Amino acid sequence: MTTTTTGSSALTGAVGTAHTRVEGLAKVTGAARYAGEIPFAELAHGWLVLSTVARGRIRSVAADPVLAMPGVLTVLHHGNAPRVEGDYMGPLGPPDPVLQLFQHDRVPYVGWPVALVVAETSEQAREAAEALTVEYDTEPHDVAFSAGRSGMHTPEGSAAGKGDLAAALAASAVVVEAEYTTPEEHHSPMEPHGATAHWDGGRLEVIDSNQGSRFVADELAKLFSLDADAVRVRSEHIGGAFGSKGTRVHAVGAAMAATVLHRPVRVVMTRRQMFTLTGYRSPTAQRVRLGADPDGRLRVLDHQADCQTSTVYEFMERSADFGRPLYDADAHHTVNRVVPLDVPTPTYMRAPGEAPGSFALESALDELAEKCGVDPIALRVRNEPVVGPLSGLPFSSRNLVACYEEGARRFGWADRDPRPGIRRDGRWLLGTGMAAATFPMLSAPSTAVVTAEADGTFTVRIAASDVGTGARTALTQVAADALEVSPERIRMRIADSSFGPAILAGGSMGTRSWAWAIITAAGELRERLALGGAVPPEGITVRSDTSAAVGALAQTQKERYTFGSQFAEVAVDVSTGEVRVRRMLGIFAAGRIVNPLTARSQFIGGMTWGLSMALHEEATRDQASGGHVGADLAGYHFAANADVPHIEADWVDDPDPDDPVGIKGIGEIGIVGAAAAIANAVWHATGARQRHLPIRPDRVLRAAGGAPGA
Amino acid sequence: MREFGYQRAHDVPGALAVLGADPEARALGGGTNLVDLMKAGVERPALLVDLRDLPLDRIEATDDGGLRIGATVSNSDLAAHPEVRRRYPALTQAVLAGASGQLRNMATVGGNLLQRTRCGYFTDLSKPCNKRTPGSGCPAVEGEHRNHAILGASAHCVAVHPSDMGVALAAFDAVVSYETADGPGEVPLAEFYLPVGDTPHQETALPPGALITAVTLPPAPVAALSRYRKVRERASYAFAIGSAAAALDVRDGVVHDVRLAFGAVASRPWRAREAERVLIGGPASAEAFGTAADAELAAAQALPDNGYKVTLMRNLVVALLTELAEEAGR
Repeated sequence: MTTTTTGSSALTGAVGTAHTRVEGLAKVTGAARYAGEIPFAELAHGWLVLSTVARGRIRSVAADPVLAMPGVLTVLHHGNAPRVEGDYMGPLGPPDPVLQLFQHDRVPYVGWPVALVVAETSEQAREAAEALTVEYDTEPHDVAFSAGRSGMHTPEGSAAGKGDLAAALAASAVVVEAEYTTPEEHHSPMEPHGATAHWDGGRLEVIDSNQGSRFVADELAKLFSLDADAVRVRSEHIGGAFGSKGTRVHAVGAAMAATVLHRPVRVVMTRRQMFTLTGYRSPTAQRVRLGADPDGRLRVLDHQADCQTSTVYEFMERSADFGRPLYDADAHHTVNRVVPLDVPTPTYMRAPGEAPGSFALESALDELAEKCGVDPIALRVRNEPVVGPLSGLPFSSRNLVACYEEGARRFGWADRDPRPGIRRDGRWLLGTGMAAATFPMLSAPSTAVVTAEADGTFTVRIAASDVGTGARTALTQVAADALEVSPERIRMRIADSSFGPAILAGGSMGTRSWAWAIITAAGELRERLALGGAVPPEGITVRSDTSAAVGALAQTQKERYTFGSQFAEVAVDVSTGEVRVRRMLGIFAAGRIVNPLTARSQFIGGMTWGLSMALHEEATRDQASGGHVGADLAGYHFAANADVPHIEADWVDDPDPDDPVGIKGIGEIGIVGAAAAIANAVWHATGARQRHLPIRPDRVLRAAGGAPGA
Repeated sequence: MREFGYQRAHDVPGALAVLGADPEARALGGGTNLVDLMKAGVERPALLVDLRDLPLDRIEATDDGGLRIGATVSNSDLAAHPEVRRRYPALTQAVLAGASGQLRNMATVGGNLLQRTRCGYFTDLSKPCNKRTPGSGCPAVEGEHRNHAILGASAHCVAVHPSDMGVALAAFDAVVSYETADGPGEVPLAEFYLPVGDTPHQETALPPGALITAVTLPPAPVAALSRYRKVRERASYAFAIGSAAAALDVRDGVVHDVRLAFGAVASRPWRAREAERVLIGGPASAEAFGTAADAELAAAQALPDNGYKVTLMRNLVVALLTELAEEAGR
């Protein structure tokens, strides 16, 4: 294998120019098929039955009456399900026990899968599933999350810090101490989770909506004790994922039922089921203490972030990580804590950790700016570190100040009067706010296969996923430049686990990691082609594996991050509590931008989600039952079109000559800091701090005085 | 899904006959609420009787100068009707504040009045609800009730009626006409929704098997200067957390006539008669508007998390009436 860098990209220059999606026509004409709509002969339909109690044991599953219903083929539950293995190490650690479907009678939360009803039609399966009587022996449950509550603990590796807090606090002329909360939030991608499984010869074939076909294939193989080659997962088109589409129980249930019934089985989740079966962002309760000199130079950065997990699996929302690369301080302490409750297991959700963490810390920075009488941007620039505040390592690139400057220029920040509560437009008070954003740049080993075809075209095979972001198009551009041909000559095949190991679409590392593998294979292929001779009918194929190169880069220790600045203008009617965002601007430093068209969409999508996070999103949990209230898209509000005003996203140069790829990730950073910018703008409009998300009308009314209640 | 029958009725007697013959039959207007509830399992009718072909889709002037609105007039057509826009502008505004264009094209006037609460406990079969299953309890009282009622509720149910349209109709003294197998009848909207008490599952005064045929608006000169304001947690596609319809006739700085009704605060569109009583004959000032709102809201009984609605409604009343008074002065 050769090590190829990106030096050849200038020749065709596909990277960096706007390209519409290569699968765009198929999508808008309906030709693109999603996992839940691909036709199969002899297809049976499974419907999941979920627990209605928050804690206890299943006493009985009354399968017989349901089996007598029209079309019903089987009812799988803990009394009859085949064995599923759970004792293995998955790609992201040990598996969430929920994947071991129907292996025991314990119920650890409302919405735990207790049975799968399979029938000839989806309607029959649903009717039978809803008719299935499951009886429970219930036990008292506890779903009450709050800061520092009993059971809150600090797992190993979740705290970091330096310096003497007490001494630095004592030396601080200005101190801000405040508590912030964010609620339980859900991904709810437009396309529900769905999978169809069937056996083809000796191989389990699964069509699934997920973020990583190879990850899901490997996990299904382990769950069902199959050879890795005996499972193939394909995920051609995906209607959104956002962290919720790893291996999920619908795929396990479809595979289990297909094995039992010897015919294809499809399982698709309902929107309500997605609220308990696909993960979510934990609520957070965060305490931030900042100490500073009168000019705003930080002496203390102390961020403690609490979150919840289930009793069966520990997933942490690492909110306090956000400040580690961002600001220096003499005493710099960040800790994430977690409490297990009788709730579903949370998971990665767009900018896990950074999204809620940035709300707390960037709000606190704004409070410090107010107390010090320093402009919020000047305050942040004053605290820019030269090297990693905790690691002492250099940054691979850090162009955050340029993000501030370009953002300030375009937003008109220089004209801003810092005083709150003094701008009015009719019944609306107006304000502006800003915040910083950062997200780690990660790389993961991947493999790619590139074939020079005899007709002069090239076929690229990689188990990448296009979750709707435009990855397929971006990789086509990358391959075109690496092969020095036009994108039209590239055939990009993705989302098939048989193409070999590749990282999933997550952690903002997909495009970077996949591009690395493609560039590597393409470079070697060009060397082979340069030797001359005709391409044989079967083509010339080169396979790459970036494991060694990724490992080598990790040896070059640096702080690797993307950065950004977020700006927002809001209008607030304090007599009704309504908050409307009037405009947002995000400027990002995120390496080389492969496709400006889809990249802008991704940034704007993240910022829109940040707006939603600031004003709308909140899953409410009923303490009595332990389950959600209003777990659907009528009850779980996100920004409607009318809430989303003029949003602009752009980027500054962010070159890193020492990086073998140059591409960073942009999947997460668009949401980071957006909610804080809006909350800070609400303060600027009204003079009242909003430290709890979402900033609902009742909260604005209470802050304005007069409205009673908690 | 459970199988159900479907029939399309072509005239009112035919619809009444089919509905009367099967107690599990339900009338289908636009289906924008009923079909959702069927999907959730809250409604499980054996037969749907589609009313879209009934000859009830017209808006006509009445002899006394009011409007008679057919029960199957779509929300969109109601909002767009020139006489509604001219004579009852708050009604147009209220209708347009609800749902989305697609839903308003489907939803009917009769169906809008009969839509069910969006309380998250009511629509979730896994949870108790006195409205859905009488006697099972109301978990909202001690649970999630931020958007629930502050007026006219009981310990048995604190759900709110979701209609925007109904709030404007209540302000303008609408009368609901219906037909039964035994003949026609009518009931003022003010008496159309029953008090909650301990029977929250009994929602309206319609006799069993009755079919709404029309809603009549009496002439109301005051309505020509009227406004509807809806406050919600996002800019569109959300039910109100508080809303108000107001109409004002000010002469020489004195309130000559006023109409005021609230939405999203009670199990029915809430006509604020006490506030109206306080206002009539008094000054058209912000202070007087506030005093009137306080008089109406004195009866409010807030739960721990919905007390903000008292403030919200007071502020809304003052803001709306102040705007109308300024407009009247121009």
